[in-house]
Amino acid sequence: MALVELRNVSKIYHLGGEEIRALDDLSLDIESGEFISIIGPSGSGKSTLMHILGCLDSPTKGTIQLDGTMIHNASSRELARIRNQKIGFVFQFFNLLPRLNVMQNVELPMVYAGAGSRERHERVMAALKLVGLENRSKHRPMQLSGGQQQRVAIARALVNNPRIVFADEPTGNLDSNTGEAILDLFRSLSTQGRTIALVTHDPEIAAVTPRRIEIRDGKIAIKVDPKLAGLDRVSARAVPAVASPY
Amino acid sequence: MNFFNSISIGFKEIWANKFRSALTMLGIVLGVSSLVAMSALVKGMENGMKEALVAIGGLEKVRVEEQEIPAAQRHLADQAIGLTVRDVYALQRSAPLIKLVTPEMRLGRFATVTRNGKSPDWANVTGTWPTAIEMNQHEIQYGRMFNEIDDEQARNVCVIGTGVRDQLFGTPEKGGKEDVVGEKIHINGQPFRIIGVFRRYESELDRKMREMEKDQPKETGGVQRRRGWGSGRGNNSWVYNMKNNTVYTPLNTMWLKLKSGGVGTNTVPDPRLAAMNIKVADIEVLEPALQQARNVMMHTHRGIEDFSFQTQENWSEGITQAIRNQRMSGGFISAISLLVGGIGIMNIMLASITERIREIGIRKAIGATFENVFIQILVESVVLAALGGILGLAASQGIVQLLTLLSPTENTPIITVPAMLLALGLSACVGVLAGLIPAFKAARLDPIQALRYE
Ligand SMILES: Nc1ncnc2c1ncn2[C@@H]1O[C@H](COP(=O)(O)OP(=O)(O)OP(=O)(O)O)[C@@H](O)[C@H]1O
Ligand SMILES: [Mg+2]
Repeated sequence: MALVELRNVSKIYHLGGEEIRALDDLSLDIESGEFISIIGPSGSGKSTLMHILGCLDSPTKGTIQLDGTMIHNASSRELARIRNQKIGFVFQFFNLLPRLNVMQNVELPMVYAGAGSRERHERVMAALKLVGLENRSKHRPMQLSGGQQQRVAIARALVNNPRIVFADEPTGNLDSNTGEAILDLFRSLSTQGRTIALVTHDPEIAAVTPRRIEIRDGKIAIKVDPKLAGLDRVSARAVPAVASPY
Repeated sequence: MNFFNSISIGFKEIWANKFRSALTMLGIVLGVSSLVAMSALVKGMENGMKEALVAIGGLEKVRVEEQEIPAAQRHLADQAIGLTVRDVYALQRSAPLIKLVTPEMRLGRFATVTRNGKSPDWANVTGTWPTAIEMNQHEIQYGRMFNEIDDEQARNVCVIGTGVRDQLFGTPEKGGKEDVVGEKIHINGQPFRIIGVFRRYESELDRKMREMEKDQPKETGGVQRRRGWGSGRGNNSWVYNMKNNTVYTPLNTMWLKLKSGGVGTNTVPDPRLAAMNIKVADIEVLEPALQQARNVMMHTHRGIEDFSFQTQENWSEGITQAIRNQRMSGGFISAISLLVGGIGIMNIMLASITERIREIGIRKAIGATFENVFIQILVESVVLAALGGILGLAASQGIVQLLTLLSPTENTPIITVPAMLLALGLSACVGVLAGLIPAFKAARLDPIQALRYE
């Protein structure tokens, strides 16, 4: 069983009588330890997919299994617990709480998990060290650069030691050098055995990940050969998704 | 997520919006401070009333006075004998529920008490029995009360209150004689010897003020102005005033010497009493005791009801009513302020969650549950209200001090712990109620929509 299994997932919006299929009968597996990029044009449904995978949103149709739990019909309390314990989410706009300092931002998932303050302190410092910001723990987000803020967000995503990290255009709001550094951080996390799925516009970024999926109109368009990336450690098992009825 | 965390988050949130929070708290501050201050005022009134009630002889004391004969018995008017000492004896004999009976005979309006040409503004000259001291809760400071022998022999002796003494001999503070036992005075022209002086009766507050003034004597020697203790200070001062202006003589002295209408007349002096005081053993049996007394007296008065019973209840009920009114209006003002304060808090909490939709979305995205968010907002609201409540308690101390300063003649307001706890509890309740709707709205937010909110 794969870590994540999507089967025939659709997300349909109705806008003024018009039906928008943000995701259209999409199936996808992600194995534990994979580093996967999702690429596609604007409006193709990448964010929608990320949100559904990240338990922030639920599909209109289809089933999703994540680490042994069927999340498509889980209660909102159960979803909150899964978001807290099993998923780390990194956003394009960092989404840090401006009034809390770096330390408090990173420890927030642990606070909701009910961890004690000693344990929180240790693990927050470890996570900050991992992203190279251990000496900024008392700073406010506004006192940091964009790249540093994104590192804080990554530390926050990692602090509860999740099964998988989702990142929706984590470099989209950064200049190319900074973006490169963030990407390097994801790569090193991947080599440490973390499962990472990231969304990007940028084919260059997508090229560095062992596995790449392209989405168009809510469907998986291209299955990319993992050998292109020169990394065969990871198995690419994108379920044939081009099998559309027309 | 533990409780203290929620509270500290609440405090941070309030601190981050200091000015706004302070304005919001104002309603609660007003509500709580008015509640505590009002209850302190009421408590002060109650204490003053209790003091005065003791001074007047307690609720167990009932006055029997003459009254106009009922219309149906008007034709018997010439047989009506009024209150006499026979009634006193009859009650002593036949009304076992009555513990004590004392007669009171008065000189009426024309009593004059003089010493060396000086006489008091007014003196309450009463002929009575030695037991009057127990009946009216008098205490002798100098000398003694007259006894039964003094009464039997109708001696010209008297016991006076400090009010009369001060007016005849000058106040001790101004060098007047304090112990005037053995001095001579004249009552309606007849010489009387003072054999006793009562203690000075005054409220707790008056005593304190008098001692304060004694410590810093005034240098003005000009016109003597009587800013006297007990002259208009507090609404119960007349009780003490009256008691201090007492002049007691034995009943027989009053009857035979003072009532005889001058020397040499052979007519029997008017034996009528101005009033009787009766005291029941226990306030619980007041009703049956009065019934008993009425039956006995209907017998001695041959069925003519020319007397009535005056309980202290009328008087104390008047004050109780005043207290109740004060409490009601105070409660009303506080309730309105708390309501307004609650609406203010709800309003600010709604504004606050609208501002923080994104924050709430982020919190939910990283694992906050409905309960987490709900409690966070509710705690913020309660902390805001409770902080207002604590400030209100502080403000109430100031208000009470200000009130005492502005009108020192009233009963000192007393802030009680239960009133403070009640006010604080109420403000916390207001916080909970005001926070419910905003907390629910915030907790129910959909994470995706909240994150997308600009
Ligand atoms: N709440 C919504 N209501 C209606 N339509 C929506 C909603 N959210 C997304 N959509 C639609 O679903 C489609 C997919 O949107 P999505 O945000 O997933 O695209 P994306 O691939 O992330 O695009 P971008 O690269 O610009 O971020 C779009 O057509 C969008 O308009
Ligand atoms: Mg997107």
